[in-house]
Amino acid sequence: MDIKDIIKPENLVYKKTDLMTDKILSYCPGCGHGTAHRILMEVIDEMGIQSETIGIAPVGCSVLAYDFMNVDMSGAAHGRAPALATGIKRLWPDKFVFTYQGDGDLAAIGSAETIHACNRGENITIVFINNGIYGMTGGQMAPTTLEGMKTSTSPYGRDLQTMGNPLKMTELVAQLPGTWYVTRQSVHTPRNVRRAKKAIRIALEAQKEKKGLTFVEIVSNCNSGWKMTPVKANEWMEENMFPFYPLGDLKVEGKLVNNQ
Amino acid sequence: MKELRLMKGNEAIAEGAIRAGCDAYFGYPITPQSEVMEYLMAEQPEKRTGMIVLQAESEVASINMVYGAAGTGKRVMTSSSSPGISLMQEGISYCAGAELPCLIVNVVRGGPGLGTIQPSQADYFQSTKGGGHGDYRLIVLAPASVQEMFDFVFTGFDLAFKYRNPALILSDGLIGQMMEKVHLAEQRPRLTEFDPSWTITGKTPDREHNIITSLDLDAARQEKHNQKLQAKYQKITENEVRYEELMTEDAEYLFVAYGSSARICQKAMQLAREQGIKVGLLRPITLWPFPVKPIAHLAPKMKGILSVEQSAGQMVEDVRLAVACATPVEHYGRMGGMVPSPEEVLNVLVNKFISK
Repeated sequence: MDIKDIIKPENLVYKKTDLMTDKILSYCPGCGHGTAHRILMEVIDEMGIQSETIGIAPVGCSVLAYDFMNVDMSGAAHGRAPALATGIKRLWPDKFVFTYQGDGDLAAIGSAETIHACNRGENITIVFINNGIYGMTGGQMAPTTLEGMKTSTSPYGRDLQTMGNPLKMTELVAQLPGTWYVTRQSVHTPRNVRRAKKAIRIALEAQKEKKGLTFVEIVSNCNSGWKMTPVKANEWMEENMFPFYPLGDLKVEGKLVNNQ
Repeated sequence: MKELRLMKGNEAIAEGAIRAGCDAYFGYPITPQSEVMEYLMAEQPEKRTGMIVLQAESEVASINMVYGAAGTGKRVMTSSSSPGISLMQEGISYCAGAELPCLIVNVVRGGPGLGTIQPSQADYFQSTKGGGHGDYRLIVLAPASVQEMFDFVFTGFDLAFKYRNPALILSDGLIGQMMEKVHLAEQRPRLTEFDPSWTITGKTPDREHNIITSLDLDAARQEKHNQKLQAKYQKITENEVRYEELMTEDAEYLFVAYGSSARICQKAMQLAREQGIKVGLLRPITLWPFPVKPIAHLAPKMKGILSVEQSAGQMVEDVRLAVACATPVEHYGRMGGMVPSPEEVLNVLVNKFISK
């Protein structure tokens, strides 16, 4: 049997959503960004809201997210995505507005915009990719870098005494009255992908009710920055990132979960 | 008949914003321009026109809210004073790079640094020569009265949308704080149609997705984009120069001054003429594009030109370039929030050119 005999419409079990463009992703093989992009676009596709959605791309590895996501988008200055989203959502309250940001963008230079958009309860969705490092600029220390973790600007490991502590932005924003849904997910196994996709759906659906800001952190790997193979990076992420950044919901329907 | 009201300059900006059909104002308090947002908040324009007013967490957030909202094709603006405008420079550069129409108001105070809260014109370089990074220009309007504070909100928005470029109203603490009568124009409707060729209002099946960005990592394409911007700036330079001439027909000496300095020079001109000294005034209304040709045209007829600014001498550089050594050009300015008196300005004119 020839391969052409297999590729037929009746044999189709999975198809890339049209909300992902055909541009080749700029991400390293093994990186979680591609999967995170895909599930975000699948949710928008499934909700049928492409024509009502406006996205904001950050500065960081996903600076070119607008090339891959087939929705109207604006590229923000470093860290300012929640401010752009605020401006848009205030003028278009019935549109779905999301930001897609990395940890350097959201937790360092954009920490003020993040906290204040969350605190005002802007009816937007923030998708936060946390891989504990600055990927695009070549693997420097991020606010989320773990203790002892080696990066190009913490070559002997992050020293808490001189370099400060890793910042749990998701725990922080969960405390603010303006957030409605706050969760931490990952996309490194099929099961986690399904869960993360469900979380994004909850987050975007909440915009209809105008209940407040919804925040989905996705703990991800950076095999290039971490200098590991993709498989090893995912193992390292499970062993080191998840204990410090535990997966699961932190806030549901405006109420903190468990002991948050 | 137009409605007549006694207003502060900053209030005129705010009322002008509502009546010009502005969709949103994003700002952060700073003296001497806080009345802009105070007036807007008290006026509740959401009830009058649907205009949104939001107090942001910083000037950085304000300009980026403007950047985001401007991408949807609506009329949006912010205002601040010198230190706050410095904070906005990155965002303004992004707006220029992404070709977003928006309006920024700078009610200038003395610098550098935290400086002072009194009037100054020391942000001329920042406003007309770029301010932020990269090769870009803002359309800069300089009001010299409370009436112009009101009117230039309309002009600023119109020019911003005509050229898809940020426009800046460069005022100062004197014009912002003083009260004068203002003829208020009729309410203009807010925009309801948005250009589908570039605005981000949600991708519809009939078009490709729109992207607002100033980024292009391909150097050749980025250069093309820059050339396109420069061609646009050239067009603005050819078409949008605005200025006012007073008593230049018989003048032997010329003041060049904008904003509050132009008002002071107007009085100095009157005093001079009482003494038989024939002085005229050229007031640039657009600081960029600068009225090069009108100054070049007048220069050979003058025995001397005095550029008067509340700065160490910034606009005088553009005056000298325009005059091209056709006649002597001198600068007079006060700094740090000090405002010159008309007598002081006249004395300088006499000392520099007449009783040498």
